[in-house]
Amino acid sequence: MITFEGVTKRYPGGAVALDDVSLDCPTGEITVFVGTSGGGKTTALRAVNRMVEPTSGRVLIDGRDVREQRPAELRRGIGYVIQHAGLFPHRTIEDNIATVPYLLRWNKKKARARALELMERVGLDHSMAKRYPFQLSGGQQQRVGVARALAADPPIMLMDEPFSAVDPVVRAELQDEFLRLQDELHKTIVFVTHDIDEAIKLGDTIAVFRTGGKVAQVDTPENLLAHPADDFVAGFIGQNRGIRTLSFAGTGELRLSDDAVRPVTADAADLTGLDWILVVDEDRRPLGWTRPAQIGGSLSEAPLAPVGPTFRVGSDSVRVALDAAVLSPSGLAVGVDDAGAVVGTAAGSDLLAVPTHGNGAGGTGHGAGSDG
Amino acid sequence: MNELWNQIELSWTWLTASSQWHGPDGIPHRLLQHVWYSGVSLLCAAVIGLALGLLAGHTGRGGFLAITLANVARAIPTFGLVLFVVVIDYSITPVLVALVALAVPPILVNTFEGVRGVDPDAKDAARGVGMTGWGVLWHAELPMALPLILLGLRTSAIQVVATATIAAYPGFGGLGRYIIDGLARGDYQLVVGGTVLVVALALIVQLIFAGLRRLVVSPGLLGSARPS
Ligand SMILES: Nc1ncnc2c1ncn2[C@@H]1O[C@H](COP(=O)(O)OP(=O)(O)OP(=O)(O)O)[C@@H](O)[C@H]1O
Ligand SMILES: [Mg+2]
Repeated sequence: MITFEGVTKRYPGGAVALDDVSLDCPTGEITVFVGTSGGGKTTALRAVNRMVEPTSGRVLIDGRDVREQRPAELRRGIGYVIQHAGLFPHRTIEDNIATVPYLLRWNKKKARARALELMERVGLDHSMAKRYPFQLSGGQQQRVGVARALAADPPIMLMDEPFSAVDPVVRAELQDEFLRLQDELHKTIVFVTHDIDEAIKLGDTIAVFRTGGKVAQVDTPENLLAHPADDFVAGFIGQNRGIRTLSFAGTGELRLSDDAVRPVTADAADLTGLDWILVVDEDRRPLGWTRPAQIGGSLSEAPLAPVGPTFRVGSDSVRVALDAAVLSPSGLAVGVDDAGAVVGTAAGSDLLAVPTHGNGAGGTGHGAGSDG
Repeated sequence: MNELWNQIELSWTWLTASSQWHGPDGIPHRLLQHVWYSGVSLLCAAVIGLALGLLAGHTGRGGFLAITLANVARAIPTFGLVLFVVVIDYSITPVLVALVALAVPPILVNTFEGVRGVDPDAKDAARGVGMTGWGVLWHAELPMALPLILLGLRTSAIQVVATATIAAYPGFGGLGRYIIDGLARGDYQLVVGGTVLVVALALIVQLIFAGLRRLVVSPGLLGSARPS
């Protein structure tokens, strides 16, 4: 566990970057520092590996003051990832990744083997090992940055806006892979971002920093959204707070309707009364939407509108399902299982009827399940 | 046009005459002297320029002082310095001192700028992964500054090779001997011949540095659009 004990940092110019900050970053979990620009997030992060020395207060790792260790030694045991990756342009990718092993005097063969192993881990092809950073895209460079931080298998990782310099699609990809990695590795991670969505997605705990280096609230994402401590936090979370809360509502308890689902081989005769029909193949994979009025003979010849986004029942949140419903031509969200087979559909109103934090409204039709 | 051709032909005859290639007044001996003076001066200048440039660039301190000193050194007319110092101490040392003073500024300034210009993110990362101060200098700043450092060394080397001709003025030989003698005697064949030799030497220096650049500068720095 990383513990901040009344940490204050006043820079020579007089700027107070941290004002009496006390908080815990639990072992094996992701703690996200989020907040306004200049709020002191980077300063707090860098106090952990002594890139910044606090004016007063202490930072402890598992109860031990970080100042007990020489800075270089301390830092070799803490992974460090920064915004623009900060790769060494004169070193190949594998040598960049093997930086800390080299510093720890591993032999070259072992260090390079480790680098290749990590390239696999972070989703980089081995063919890139001998390339130089300028030959990689921003997203790839960021992966190398993460791999470099992981090279000596440090128990702690400090990450300062590691994914902010890439486009939203790549960012989402990097975030997903990051979460998958963390599932395997269980590092103690401090992650800085100013993107509240990223904080909610990644954080086990979120600490909200405000101007002047004060921590406004430390809480789980769910609690932060449901009960912001003050107007600043509420304002920071933004107007989409309600929708964001749905990120924590599971779709496992939804009762999905099978009424509109028809196999492509079905008879077109019994479609009366339905507005839209979801046509599926023999494995129940969705083929597209159609309306009974458009069907001449059999379903296989019907003109189909694209299925659009689907959600995975159980693993995706209600927010994802709602998104799917809004984008669906029929207004119905399509729930699929892990194999991609259709489980059923749900209307937007059904989704909103799912209880979040035990205060959901009663549903219409095939709505809410019971609280688990 | 004819005149020029004549001169070239005459110089060629001079250069290829077998008598020029033997004895203490022969080209090999003079060339060796010239290379020796240039090499020693450049080596001293490199030690001074690199040490000060790396130090100032790495610590971020003394940069202004270093650059100012370098510019002042640049402003001193080398020829005047040689004359002045030779009056005090009649030996080759003043000549070498003058050449060193000439060679330090480009090395110092380029080294300083090279180190200072290293990507701050890379520097931050180098510290952040646990390199010591020397480690950052040796493993990050120096290799990343190499293209500029080599440029500084090359500039100095060529200046030194061209200027080492002044060693002949107080009578210490080198390729300058031919030029000075030629001028004194009105023997332009000698002047052009000596000049050609100096220029050839400068070209060789240029080639050596081109090779060195390939050898020691990481392809990761050459391939990108970074300043080099
Ligand atoms: N080296 C420094 N010298 C002086 N002041 C500094 C220094 N570094 C940061 N500050 C000041 O300290 C305050 C906090 O900076 P910090 O970088 O920790 O903020 P941040 O929350 O990471 O912001 P951002 O989201 O923009 O990265 C700012 O007011 C900044 O100007
Ligand atoms: Mg920051």
